[in-house]
Amino acid sequence: MTTATMDTLEYAADMADRPRALIMTAAGINCDHELAEAFALAGATPEFIHLTTLMSTPDLIDQFDLVGLPGGFSYGDAIAAGRIAAALVSSSLIDRLRAAIDRGVPMIAPCNGFQIAVQAGLLPGPRAGAGARTEAALLENDCGRFIDRWVRVEYPASRCVWTQGITADDEAMLLPVAHGEGRFYGETDLLKWLWSESCVAVQYQSDDDPNGSVDHIAGICDHSGLVLGLMPHPERYLHWTQHPFWTRIKPRSESTPGLQMFQSAVTHVLKMRAGTQA
Amino acid sequence: MTVHRIEVRPSLHAGDPAGQSALEAIHAMPGGQQLRGIATAAVYLIEADLDVKQVEHIGHTLLAHPVSDELVIGASPIRSTSVIEVHPLPGVMDPDADSIEAAIERLLGIEVQVRTGRRYDLDGVDATVGRELASKCLANPLIHDVHIGPAHPESFPIGHAHDMSSNEVPLCDLKDDALLRLSREGHLFLSLDEMHALQDHFRALGREPRDIELETLAQTWSEHCVHKTLKATVDYAGELPGGGIPSASMIEDGTLRIPNLLKCTVAAATHQLMEEGLDQWCLSVFVDNAGIVGFDEDTAVCFKVETHNHPSALEPYGGAATGIGGCIRDVIGTGLAARPIAATDVFCVGSQTMEHIPDGCLHPRRILHRVVEGVRDYGNRMGIPTLDGTVWFDNRYVGNPLVFCGCVGVMPRDLVSGAPRAGDRIIAMGGRTGRDGVHGATFSSAELTDTHADEFSHAVQIGNAITEKKVLDAIMAARDHASGCLFTAITDCGAGGFSSAVGEMGEELGAVVNLEQAPLKYTGLTPTEIWISEAQERMVLAVSADRLEALASICEEHEVEWCDLGEFGTPQRELILRYGGSELGRLSMQFMHEGLPDRVRQASWNPTDVEVPAEVCESDLSQMLHALMSHPNIASKRSIIRQYDHEVQGRTMIKPLVGPDGEGPSDAAVITPVRGSTRGLAIGSGLATGLAADPYDMVLAAIDECVRNLVCVGADPEQIAILDNYCWPGCEDEERMGELVRASAACLHGGLAYRTPFISGKDSLNNQFTTEAGETIRIPPTMLISGFGIVSDVRQCVTMDAKAPDNLLVLVGETTDCIGGSHLLLMSQAAPGSRMLPRTDLKAGPANARVVAGLIAEGLVRSAHDPSEGGVLVAAAEMACAGGLGVALDPQAVQGNLDSLSVACFAETPSRYLLEVTESNLKHIIDRLGETPCSVIGRFTADPVMTAGDRLDLQIETLQQAWLTGMECS
Repeated sequence: MTTATMDTLEYAADMADRPRALIMTAAGINCDHELAEAFALAGATPEFIHLTTLMSTPDLIDQFDLVGLPGGFSYGDAIAAGRIAAALVSSSLIDRLRAAIDRGVPMIAPCNGFQIAVQAGLLPGPRAGAGARTEAALLENDCGRFIDRWVRVEYPASRCVWTQGITADDEAMLLPVAHGEGRFYGETDLLKWLWSESCVAVQYQSDDDPNGSVDHIAGICDHSGLVLGLMPHPERYLHWTQHPFWTRIKPRSESTPGLQMFQSAVTHVLKMRAGTQA
Repeated sequence: MTVHRIEVRPSLHAGDPAGQSALEAIHAMPGGQQLRGIATAAVYLIEADLDVKQVEHIGHTLLAHPVSDELVIGASPIRSTSVIEVHPLPGVMDPDADSIEAAIERLLGIEVQVRTGRRYDLDGVDATVGRELASKCLANPLIHDVHIGPAHPESFPIGHAHDMSSNEVPLCDLKDDALLRLSREGHLFLSLDEMHALQDHFRALGREPRDIELETLAQTWSEHCVHKTLKATVDYAGELPGGGIPSASMIEDGTLRIPNLLKCTVAAATHQLMEEGLDQWCLSVFVDNAGIVGFDEDTAVCFKVETHNHPSALEPYGGAATGIGGCIRDVIGTGLAARPIAATDVFCVGSQTMEHIPDGCLHPRRILHRVVEGVRDYGNRMGIPTLDGTVWFDNRYVGNPLVFCGCVGVMPRDLVSGAPRAGDRIIAMGGRTGRDGVHGATFSSAELTDTHADEFSHAVQIGNAITEKKVLDAIMAARDHASGCLFTAITDCGAGGFSSAVGEMGEELGAVVNLEQAPLKYTGLTPTEIWISEAQERMVLAVSADRLEALASICEEHEVEWCDLGEFGTPQRELILRYGGSELGRLSMQFMHEGLPDRVRQASWNPTDVEVPAEVCESDLSQMLHALMSHPNIASKRSIIRQYDHEVQGRTMIKPLVGPDGEGPSDAAVITPVRGSTRGLAIGSGLATGLAADPYDMVLAAIDECVRNLVCVGADPEQIAILDNYCWPGCEDEERMGELVRASAACLHGGLAYRTPFISGKDSLNNQFTTEAGETIRIPPTMLISGFGIVSDVRQCVTMDAKAPDNLLVLVGETTDCIGGSHLLLMSQAAPGSRMLPRTDLKAGPANARVVAGLIAEGLVRSAHDPSEGGVLVAAAEMACAGGLGVALDPQAVQGNLDSLSVACFAETPSRYLLEVTESNLKHIIDRLGETPCSVIGRFTADPVMTAGDRLDLQIETLQQAWLTGMECS
């Protein structure tokens, strides 16, 4: 396995008991370093592995406690956003990823990662009665173009381990989006299921939906609650100086909502580990 | 083999935003309103021996989404009035097709050829009209086949093998007129002097040159590659302000002889500053692909700004995309590879409402629209945040728009330089070589005419960002390899292709190149075409033979193609070109790099008389402010900015749009180059084209504006480095040369006064367009100053949005009544005030910057903004709008020798700052400002209204609306 070094940030890789986070890179993936930073700040040790390496040795996935599918433009988003990477993942990695979910590995898939996860069948994941049919899609934004801005979001009560207990005041309840194909679409049955099973993890506030998603859905989780896919980028909201108007809000000491997500997942891993040991 | 056709169209519930955008684009064009509706579909043509099942399998597993798409094998029936399809011409880059071919091979193990296209079903127009509209709005016939009805070729065109020998070109016996004809018709674009130098060289060798040798020399000696005008000896007749140019000498009749214009001005400023103590900070200036300065103890940052004007005139999307792509490669090819962390873009185009467009030009609206999409698609895919820029509108840019692309990189401090060693392999990585981009370097050095579109269509290219992203990933892995950096030198293939890259890297050592080793996009390229092709997304590295295996394994992981082109080092320091073992060319590196004859250029300057207006009248402040806010140069650029991912990499701490609603125009952006550190880098620019009547004033104002922009967000004015980008309307006559001298003198004076070293620069000197009727449209002399500055801690940064009611608005700096070149004068010919251009005060400018930076560092400033285009009132309105507050102004308090209120409000005097401060800090601040002219000119209010006694009363919302929509409606 060859892993790229991350920028110039040094991580305490020697801390052997830190959970290990796999960050899948691929041609055109470009939010890998900030995702690694998020895992590192939350207490995990991130490692990059390229999709080509994973395809030849899918067992590598078995070594990890957390998985991140970063954003970007995998394979140039040729055909549709995430399409080719999703085809490659579903043809050779999906079994190992499913096994990881069974082991209790939390996974996060922001933006292009979400687009890949939905088309590869990781999200919304298996549900009774649906068979192998794809029922969701992330379509071109209703404005017809790429958009980068911060949006106001909500975290409905859900089973998602990533979004449990996010606390922030109104001014901080934001996330950045940057995508051209983020309009969530789900067939009626799926939507009913997502709501009834508490799998809608993130919503745009109704007057701040950047792409026209059905039910203003910004992110969903699978039935295990471990796999979160979302169009916004929590990994771009790790420091208060990333807040879009931090120069006019009071300085804060608590973690940003973006970082809280990663901390929740790492805590979950550590709790599970403690539970197994006990 | 058969070509299979697959159509994918969005299903009903998915909607068709692409179709909607196309409809809007066509409706905006004259004659487009008859189009009633449009539906789009993606078309995939796959050439391979496949059975129906395999085609369906590819369609269903890869090309169509089960929920949102409908798939048709073949062509769906025509149910609309007409069908037009747009397909890339053979040989034109088709990035999606490349990705799809690779995916099909990985998934099914079948090798296929793919071409993609787009089908438009048009309602309300017949095929002929449809084709015409599509050619204007949806396609560019230079690179696209605009096809009536569904296109389904029987096979893809293939290249034909070519005569691989190299031909001698008779040169030694040519007379002057024949030399010039050869220069023009062979697209060498060399002057008679230069042709003579070639002739003398080959006469001395006793042989005729071969075509590949002539092409190599023409590339190496092109204006684009060697900056021969700016490096020429210049005799300047005319006045020069501010102490002139010390290293120049007076010759007869008071003419100033400047031995090397660039060296005596731009570079002289840097070198003097380095002697005065900045040598520890300036790590690499003018010698590499980008200039490098220190960032912190361990890291350095670099910056490069390029233009891509002529390609963008012909094919704005591809031109701008390959412009940013090339600039990013420059940064990757700096030192031993920097990581690109930010991009900038500035466009100069004609008015969006221009009615009469000369033949051979695209409409400025289409140019702007498409250059934005080009930067967006390339920058976003590369994962590099585009976070600073502007747009300037002037109809003189109609035939020759300017597209500036910048890129900032970060690198370990010990990797700021590299050099190949004798015996190192010449390794090319990345995209394949094709005929695209042949003659780009010489083309950019020529002027545009209405026939250029036909003659130079092969110089127009489409980029493939993913290829470049893969190359970047592989190079970063090779640079940071556990065993140490795998290469000894790296550069990009830009203008001149392999010819320039290998020629420059091998300058000291010589090189042997085996051209048959280069992977080609298609067969049929001659060795000369391989050698000079400017095909995109290629890098050249020098790699020791024993590190090749490690590099190869990285390339395999990252799906990057590479080849071994030859070896650095020859006994005689020669460039030896071979194809399949036979020698095609042999040139002395010394002649290539030092044989260019010195030139002496004449330059003169005759200032135009300053007119005195016959009558003047004061403007109505409300009307003028409203008009200025919606002037396209001033109005919000949000519709552009929001299309760029300006936050990817998670480093952007001050974003290009600020304030609670994200609508405030930030003076500059701030990023954190080193993850985990709060040390920041502010990135900004200055452009003062309004003052083009005297490039001396224009350039000083641009430097001043760049510094102010950086200071306003919190940069340390003692640690700002800048870059020059000359874009000139030609330089063939004395007057143009005189303007160039004045601009350069301003670089010297400004650089020294502000203590801002120039670290890199670029010139594009032939920006004019000759119409069919023979009329030459020249751009105004244009100089973009880009800069970056250190922010010691990003948590100290300030933004321009007004923060709280009752805070005071303080104007720092003196206002003069010189309104020449201002937007006030543009809107009102009878405005009061002198028509002189404002001249930057080189004492006050740097002093004001320092004192304001001190106040910001002390935490005494709540918001800061520089009044530039539109003056104080516009800047105050922007601050109020951005913060959602009102402001009560007292323009009488503006300091300066002024007797007109409109001048006080709208003059664009440089070196001024608007600061929002709390009343309790005011006394302290005034103490700090000491002798610096300053005055309280207003107070922010909770009531969202802008007032100035009884002279002004405007709702903030009205101003905001004018400002937000000004550019779109322009």
